[in-house]
Amino acid sequence: MSALLQAEGLDLRFGAVRALDGVAISIWPGEVVAIVGESGSGKSSLLRVLAGMQRADAGAVLYRDAAGATHSVLDASDAALRRLMRSDWGFVHQNARDALRMEVSAGGNVGERLMAAGDRHYGHIREVAAHWLERVEMDPARMDESPKNFSGGMQQRLQIARTLVTNPRLVFMDEPTGGLDVSVQARLLDLIRGLVADLGLAVLLVTHDIAAARLLAHRIVVMRHGQVVEEGLTDRVLDDPQHPYTQLLVSSVLAA
Amino acid sequence: MSETSPKPRPLAGYNFGYLDEATKRMIRRALLKAVCIPGHQVPFGAREMPLPYGWGTGGIQVTSAVLGPSDVLKVIDQGADDTTNAVSIRRFFSRVAGVATTESTAEASIIQTRHRIPETPLREGQILVYQVPMPEPLFKLEPRVAESTKLHALADYGLMQVKLYEDIARQGEVGTSYNHPVMVNHRYLMSPSPIPAFDNPKMHMNAGLQLFGAGREKRIYAVPPYTDVRSLDFEDHPFKPVRAPHACAICGSEESYLDEVITDDAGGRMHVCSDTDYCASRPPLEDAP
Amino acid sequence: MYVSVKGGETAIGHAHAWLAEARRGDTALAELSTAQIEQQLSLAVDRVMAEGACADRGLAALALKQARGDSTEAAFLLRAYRTTLPRFGYALPVDTAAMAIHRRISSTYKDLPGGQVLGPTFDYTHRLLDFALEAEGLAAPPPAAEAKEEAGRMPAVTAILAQEGLMAPDLASDAEPPDITREPLAFPADRALRLQAMARGDEGFLLSLGYSTQRGYGNAHPFVGEIRMGEVRVEIEPPELGFAIDIGDIMVSECQMVNQFAGTAEAPPQFTRGYGLVVGQNERKAMAMSLVDRALRAPELGEAATAPAQSPEFVLYHCDNVESTGFVEHLKLPHYVDFQSELEKIRAIRARWFAERAP
Repeated sequence: MSALLQAEGLDLRFGAVRALDGVAISIWPGEVVAIVGESGSGKSSLLRVLAGMQRADAGAVLYRDAAGATHSVLDASDAALRRLMRSDWGFVHQNARDALRMEVSAGGNVGERLMAAGDRHYGHIREVAAHWLERVEMDPARMDESPKNFSGGMQQRLQIARTLVTNPRLVFMDEPTGGLDVSVQARLLDLIRGLVADLGLAVLLVTHDIAAARLLAHRIVVMRHGQVVEEGLTDRVLDDPQHPYTQLLVSSVLAA
Repeated sequence: MSETSPKPRPLAGYNFGYLDEATKRMIRRALLKAVCIPGHQVPFGAREMPLPYGWGTGGIQVTSAVLGPSDVLKVIDQGADDTTNAVSIRRFFSRVAGVATTESTAEASIIQTRHRIPETPLREGQILVYQVPMPEPLFKLEPRVAESTKLHALADYGLMQVKLYEDIARQGEVGTSYNHPVMVNHRYLMSPSPIPAFDNPKMHMNAGLQLFGAGREKRIYAVPPYTDVRSLDFEDHPFKPVRAPHACAICGSEESYLDEVITDDAGGRMHVCSDTDYCASRPPLEDAP
Repeated sequence: MYVSVKGGETAIGHAHAWLAEARRGDTALAELSTAQIEQQLSLAVDRVMAEGACADRGLAALALKQARGDSTEAAFLLRAYRTTLPRFGYALPVDTAAMAIHRRISSTYKDLPGGQVLGPTFDYTHRLLDFALEAEGLAAPPPAAEAKEEAGRMPAVTAILAQEGLMAPDLASDAEPPDITREPLAFPADRALRLQAMARGDEGFLLSLGYSTQRGYGNAHPFVGEIRMGEVRVEIEPPELGFAIDIGDIMVSECQMVNQFAGTAEAPPQFTRGYGLVVGQNERKAMAMSLVDRALRAPELGEAATAPAQSPEFVLYHCDNVESTGFVEHLKLPHYVDFQSELEKIRAIRARWFAERAP
């Protein structure tokens, strides 16, 4: 077995700031990897580079598709990246409004990815959309409503349904529970954990929430100043942190 | 019954067909490219014309570029030869090109149209020139041209299908009754110009050459003869061309597209063919108005 | 009855005759000559000339006369005429520093080399209707005391700032500028293309957009570095000669707007320029254009582009009044085929709506 996504030597500068400084990371099929660190540590930049949304100055990102073919993400054309995003990948944004079409119904939002993939049967699209609304614990009877009517937590669940409807192999999540009430966060994390386990998804999760990382991730990668300072199995990193920064992070001294 | 009018003397001081030859060559190059990539919008250096933008400047430039002295020109607006704008454009070409004009679809070699496809099927060798107000089928969903160009390049048309989905979810059927988007040659999403959905099926595998000119937006596109043109739909909600469920009050046709004419202020109305040439070519009903 | 809903040749003929009569007005009054229009309605002529993109005051005056004073219609007439003219070549860039000055003001310096020249301006007039102008046969006004400046080269204020390194240099380029009269607009649109489109854009549209940048829609902190108006020499360089020849002088209005710029990691804080140049005398449009030009530079300067005036597609696709008026006014053409299909559609949808709610 080989890695689903493998990155090496990633450098990215914004002016004088080194957002990424020689970063290497990999993720295996069915694995949940959390990238943790405080704001400005480079974790969101890393996610954007891995997902092909931002070009790195140097380094390589290789993705292995279901047929075993390898794609260089940094060299991929816009068309190739869109194809990957449509078929193999999913991206869950922190703010559901960045991903959802607010003027389109909930069902249309979930169905869009099916239609982009070529589904032309209205009844089938609705059936699948209703199924996915149920899986994210939303009432399918509300599928013709606008997401504007939904709470923040529901919008986030709708975004997850929209992302998973095409059965992606790899899902990028950028602070999926950020900006939500604590009680809503807990329910959402629970939902994500259930879905990820059932579907055997590989997930790259960016979060500053150590509790979320502990709940979801098999492995943790700790970032600071654009560098990976520590990585390992979740229990090992959180129960026996080696790097002083990780120790600070785990003792929750650092603010988000 | 109309007949082809004799050729008038062209207006002195202007090149044949108004545009200079260099401009015509530029337009023909764009047309050739458009024919090679059916449904793809080709930018071209549209010129200011002596008619306002939005009134058919694109169609006029295309007609000017393909028109020759032996051509016979027909111009229709809303299907009719005698609507004001059709009259105005036909007069323009008889003045600046001195070509013969006709109201007969069968006798014309070039037909410039706004909003209709004639009822009489085109034959090989005929050219149908559409006036196009807004060539971009995605503009209501994505107004940024740089972005919609990318969507075409990537054949990323899920957004358009979502619009149809939303129509059905909200009102039980697709909401576009005219300018209903089509897929050309299984590749490019195309605006058929604001023809009624009733006319869409006529574009499919048409024997004639269909050319589209958008002057203000400076785009040309084309559907070559015998090209696959499909109206966007769902398998379980197939595209339905709609016409008023009546017969023409003049010729009795139950197949042609009808205009609804208000006859009094008490709700009285009648229906007549929008294609005046088609209507006039049929025997009138005995009690026709 | 049925025929009456269709138009036709006779109707058009009658409309044209009526239009000609309305244009002439009361025949008991003397007819306006195009020379009178050119001389006495000179700013209207200049506007038509700029928006018609054809530097010919006589033709612009004729267009205004034919258009009954409708400046947009007149600009359209002028454009439709110029498109038929043969193209001999491109002029060399005009040198506004060598302008024969009629007006030159700066709001950033009290005094500067070359001095301030107010020129023929409405500024500081009290806007009181002058009923004396109603009377005919007034004596000609005495010649203005302020003689036309022949000061030779007057350095631009922005050049003075640039000497100190305070003004960001505009990237000089020898690349052939695009030509919007030959090629369709393409995006991303470089600055030469944007300025070209705005120079013939609608004054009212640019004025409103420029104004919007001052009211928070766009991040403007403008100062009028300099406005100058006067005659510049137009030169062409025919390839067979190999040197430039003077083909005449034209009046232009130029505005250089000075704006703050916070700087980036690469560029130090400094001033940046918004530029406006309009053929003829039209200071208002030159100023508005310079505001919008600066707003459109937001992405290149690393600023957030969120306001309409900062969107090149929004500004350039909508600033042309010949295009705008054509498409807005085309709505009065018959649309009854489309409307008929809308009628059938709404009847069907209403029938479904009522059926679903039937008891």
